[in-house]
Amino acid sequence: MNISVVSLELAALSIGFLIIIFGLIFPSFRSSKTGGYLAIIGLLSMLIGSFFLPASNTQTFINAFYVQDDLALFFKQLFILAAIFINAMSLHYLKPYTKNKGDYFALTFFALTGMMVMASAAEFITLYIGLELMTFTFVLLTAYKKQDLKSGEAGLKYILLSAISSGVLLYGLSLLYGLTGKLDFAGISSVFSLGATSPLVVWAIIMLLSGLGFKIALVPFHMWTPDVYEGAPTPITAFLAVGSKAAGFIAFIRVFFHVFSVYTSIFMPLLITLTVLTLLIGNLIALAQTHLKRFLAYSSIAHAGYILLGVIAYSKLGLSAILFYLMLYLFANIGAFAGVTALVINTGHDRIADLTGLWKRSPFLSVIFLISLLSLAGIPPTAGFIGKFYLFTEAIHQGYLWLAALALGMSLVAIYYYLMVLRTLLSGTNEETKSFIIPFSLRLVMIVSAGMTLVIGIWPGPFTDIALRIAQSFL
Amino acid sequence: MDQFAWLIPTLPLAAFLIIVALTYRFKLLSAIVATSFSLGSLILAISILIQKIQNPKTTETFINWLTITANQQTVLTLQMGYLIDPLAAVMCLIVTLIATLVLLYSIGYMKGDEGFSRYFAYISLFTFSMLGLVISNNYFQTFVFWELVGLCSYLLIGFWFFKPEAADASKKAFITNRWADFGFLVGIIGLFTVFGSFNFTELSAVIGLHQNTLVLLILGLLVFLGPMGKSAMFPFHVWLPDAMEGPTPISALIHAATMVAAGIYLVARGYILFASVDSVMIVIAYIGGFTALFAATIALVQRDIKRILAFSTLSQLGYMMMALGVGSMTSGMFHLTTHAFFKALLFLGAGSIIHAVHDQDIFNMGGLVKKMPITVWTFVIGSLALSGIFPLAGFWSKDEILTVTLQHHFTGLFILGTLVAFLTAFYMFRLIFIALFGDKRSNHHAHESSWTMTLPLLILAILSIVAGLVNTPWFYQWTGMSFSTFLFFKEPEIPVIHWSIAGLSSLAALGGIFVAWIIYAKQHISADKLAERFKGAHTLLLNKYYIDELYGWVFNKGMIGLGKVFNFIDHTLIDGFFDGTATLIRSTGIQLRLFQTGRLQQYALVLFVAIAAMTIWGVR
Repeated sequence: MNISVVSLELAALSIGFLIIIFGLIFPSFRSSKTGGYLAIIGLLSMLIGSFFLPASNTQTFINAFYVQDDLALFFKQLFILAAIFINAMSLHYLKPYTKNKGDYFALTFFALTGMMVMASAAEFITLYIGLELMTFTFVLLTAYKKQDLKSGEAGLKYILLSAISSGVLLYGLSLLYGLTGKLDFAGISSVFSLGATSPLVVWAIIMLLSGLGFKIALVPFHMWTPDVYEGAPTPITAFLAVGSKAAGFIAFIRVFFHVFSVYTSIFMPLLITLTVLTLLIGNLIALAQTHLKRFLAYSSIAHAGYILLGVIAYSKLGLSAILFYLMLYLFANIGAFAGVTALVINTGHDRIADLTGLWKRSPFLSVIFLISLLSLAGIPPTAGFIGKFYLFTEAIHQGYLWLAALALGMSLVAIYYYLMVLRTLLSGTNEETKSFIIPFSLRLVMIVSAGMTLVIGIWPGPFTDIALRIAQSFL
Repeated sequence: MDQFAWLIPTLPLAAFLIIVALTYRFKLLSAIVATSFSLGSLILAISILIQKIQNPKTTETFINWLTITANQQTVLTLQMGYLIDPLAAVMCLIVTLIATLVLLYSIGYMKGDEGFSRYFAYISLFTFSMLGLVISNNYFQTFVFWELVGLCSYLLIGFWFFKPEAADASKKAFITNRWADFGFLVGIIGLFTVFGSFNFTELSAVIGLHQNTLVLLILGLLVFLGPMGKSAMFPFHVWLPDAMEGPTPISALIHAATMVAAGIYLVARGYILFASVDSVMIVIAYIGGFTALFAATIALVQRDIKRILAFSTLSQLGYMMMALGVGSMTSGMFHLTTHAFFKALLFLGAGSIIHAVHDQDIFNMGGLVKKMPITVWTFVIGSLALSGIFPLAGFWSKDEILTVTLQHHFTGLFILGTLVAFLTAFYMFRLIFIALFGDKRSNHHAHESSWTMTLPLLILAILSIVAGLVNTPWFYQWTGMSFSTFLFFKEPEIPVIHWSIAGLSSLAALGGIFVAWIIYAKQHISADKLAERFKGAHTLLLNKYYIDELYGWVFNKGMIGLGKVFNFIDHTLIDGFFDGTATLIRSTGIQLRLFQTGRLQQYALVLFVAIAAMTIWGVR
C-alpha cells in the first residue's frame, strides 16, 4: 500500500465532502461564494503538492491496478488546472441560476476525482468506475441550472446516451475478460502477445473504440456534444471540453498504446476512418453554427480529430505531440469559454451575433477571444500553431502525408469559421453600448490562459520537453 | 556590425511593446516612438548594407528555438536566427526605409483618428514581422513570420473594421493566403522530411544534387504556392484589390512595397530549390507573365484610384515573378527595389489626394494640379517611373527584365511584357489625365497636405528618379558595381543597354501615354463610346473576369452549403421530427416520453449503426 499514489484523489474527495459538510452545518455557506474560494485554495495546494509526488511505473496501489506514472501525474495536473479555472469562472456565473453554490463546487471535486482515477487506472474495472464517477457528476453539473429547461434537457440527454455508451463499453470489457481471463492492462496485453487471436478481439476493439470515442466525441459518437455543451452551465461546458475530453484521451492512450499494441493492423484502419470523419464533420458543421457554445462544441470535436493524428502516428513523438497539444488546447479553450462566460454574465445570451461590436464595449474581452481563437485556429505566434505543426510533422514523418494534408486542409476551413466569429466581434455596432463588467476572478482566468497561450507559442521548448519526457517514460 | 543585425527587427518590436504598454494613451508620443525606432532600424540597415558591400561575407547566427530529441537522436530542430547576405541587406533597407517614410506620412494622414496609437502599434508589429522574415535563415522561421505579416495585414486591412467592407476584405485576404500557405507548409515539412533540414544554407547544399527529380518538382511547386498567395499571383490575386479597404499608407507599405514583395523575396531566397527543376521555373515564369497581363487589363477600366494602383501592383509583381522564372534573380530583385519606391510614392500620393478630396473615384477628382502641386507632380514622376520612361528607375528595371526574357528565349513572354508596358502607361496616364488635370469633376475643396505628408513624397520621388541608375553601365564604370553586386558575391554582371529592346519598350510606353492623352486629355475619341462598342469586354474587365464571383460561389454556396447540409443531417434529420423537447419536459412522464421523441433514439441509432458498420468491416 502506497498511499502517496492516491493522495491527490483522497485530497479531492476530502475537500469535496468538506464543502458539503460545511454547507450542511452553516446554511449561509451553501449560498455564498466561500465554497468556491475554499475549492480554489484546495485545488491550488493540490496542484503545488502534486509536483512533489513521486511518479514512476513502480508507484502502484492494490496489485498494480492503480499506477502513478509520469503520464498519470501529468494528466492529473492538467485536470486540477482545469478545475481551478472552472471554479474561478463559476464564482460569479452561478449567481442568477442557483442558491446552492456550495454543492456545485463540491461536485466539481467528484468529477475531478473520477478523471484522476481514469488517469491512474491500470485495470478495466477501475477505469470504468472512474469513468462513471466522472460521468454521473457531470450529469448533475450539466443539469445544475434548474430553472433552465435546456440545462435539464442536456443533463437527461447526457445520462441516457452515456448509459448506452457505457453499455457498449462494458460489453467490450466482458468480451475481453472472456477472451483473456484478465482485466488488468498488463495481463491482457501479455495474453495477446502470445498470439492467440480470436475474431472476437476485433469486436472487443470496436466496442472499446466506440465507448471511449463517445467520451472524446469522435464522429459518429459525437452527437451528444453540441446539445450538452449548449445546455450545460458555461464553466461546466469548458470542463467537459477540456477535462472530460482529456480523461477520455488518457484512457484511449493506455488502451490503444498498451493493451492492444499487437493489434495495430486491426484498429488502425478503423481509427483512421473515424479520424477522417471527425475532421470533416466537425469542421464543416462548425461553419453553420450560430451559437457560440455549439460552435465551440464542433470545434472541440474537430480538435479530437487533430489530436488523434498523434495516436495514428503511433510513436513516442506522436504521443508527446498529443500531450503538448492537450496543454495548449486547455489554455485556448479555457480562454474562449471564459470569454463566453463573460458574455453570458453581461448579456445573458451566447449567440455569435451577440458579439457584434464587442471591440467597442470591451477591448479586453476582444483581445482574449482573438488570442484564444487564433490559437484554436493554429496561427502563430499562438501556441496552437506550434502544436499543429508538431502533430502534422510527426504524422507526415510516419508516412501519413495524405492524412496530414487533409487535417491541414480542414484546419483551413476551421480558420474560416474562427474568423467569422472574430469578424463579428470586431465589426459592426451594437445598439447596446454599455461596457462590460468582468469580475476579477474571471479576468484573472482570461489573463492566465491567454498569457499561457502566447508563452507556449513563443517559447515552446520547456513544454515540449515535458511532453517528450513523459512520452518517453511511457513508451 | 553584423552582430547587431538582430536589432533591426527588434527595434520595431520594442516600439510595439512600448506603445501597447506605456504610450497608448498619448497619441503623438506613440507616433514618435514608432517613427524614431523605425528610423533606428533604417540607420542600422544602411550601415549593414555598406559593410556588406565593402566586405562581402555571409553571416549566419541562430539559436535552436525548439529541439526535439528521441533516443539521443535529434528528430526535429527548429531554428530562429538571422542570415545576413547582400540580398537580405538590400531587402532590410527597402523595408525600413519605406516603413519610416510611411510612419512619418501617417502622422499627418491618421490625424484625429480614434485608433491612432493602435495604428502605429500595428505598423511597428508589421515591420518587426517583415524584418524577421527578411533576415530569416530557415524556412520554418520564414513561415512563422510569413504568417505574422499575414496576421498584421489582417489587422491593418480591417483597421476600420466598423466598415463591413473592411472586415470582409481583411477576412478574404487572410483566408486566401491560408489556402496558399497550406501548400507552403506541406512543402517545407516535405523538404524537412526528405532532406532533414529547414535551413537555407544546408538545404542549398543538398538540393543541388537532386536536380530535376520528381520529389523536388512536387516540393518546389508546393513551396511556390506560398509566394503565389503572398504576392497575389493568379489565381490567388483576389485578396489584394479588396485589401485597399485599409488606410492608404498601409496599402503603400504592406500591399505595394513590402509584404506582397515577400513572395518575390522568398523565391529569390530559396532560388536553388526552384532553379533545380526546369519545369518549376517555367511554371513560375508563365504564372508571373499571365498575372502581369491579366491584372493590367483589369486596371484599364477601374474607377477607384486605389484599385487601379492595386491592379497595377499585381501586374508588376507578375513582372518580377516572370523575371525570376526566366532565370534572372538580379532583374527580379532590381524591379522589386525600384517598384517599392515608385509604387509607395504612388500610393502615398493617392493617399494625399484622397485626404484632400475625400473620395476615391477618379471621376470625382480633376483639376488638382493647381491646388496640390507637390502631390500631383510627384505622382506624375511615380507614374513615369512605373511606365518605364527614360531615365527614371522603372525604365532600367523593366528594360532589364525584357532583356533577360529575350535572352533566355522566352519570346512569347517578351511580347507579353512589351504589351504590358503599353497597357501600364495607358492606365496610369488615364488616371492622371482624369484625376489630376483637366477641370474639376466634382465640388471638392482640395488643398496641399502638411509637410509630414509631402516630405516622404519628395524623398520617394527622388528615389524613383535615381534608384535605377545603380544598374546602369555608367554607374558600373564609375564604381565598379551594379545591382547584382548587392545580391551576389561573385563578379557583378556588367549591365549593358540593349538599345533595340529599350527602344521598343519605350515606344510601347510612350504609345500608351499618347493613346491615353488622345482619349482622356484631348477627348478625340470618346471613352464612353469605346466602352459601348466593346460592351462585352468592358463588362468582363469591370467585373474582374468574375473571378471573385466564382470564388464566392464556391465558398459560400459550396463550403458553407456543405456545412449546412451536414448540420441538417446531423441535427434536423437525425434529431428526428421533434424540435421541442424542452416543451415536453414541462409535462409529466418526462423520461418515458422523451424516449419516444426521436432525438435520443436517433442518436442511439447512429451509435449502433456505426458499431454495426465497423463490425462488418472489421470481421470481413
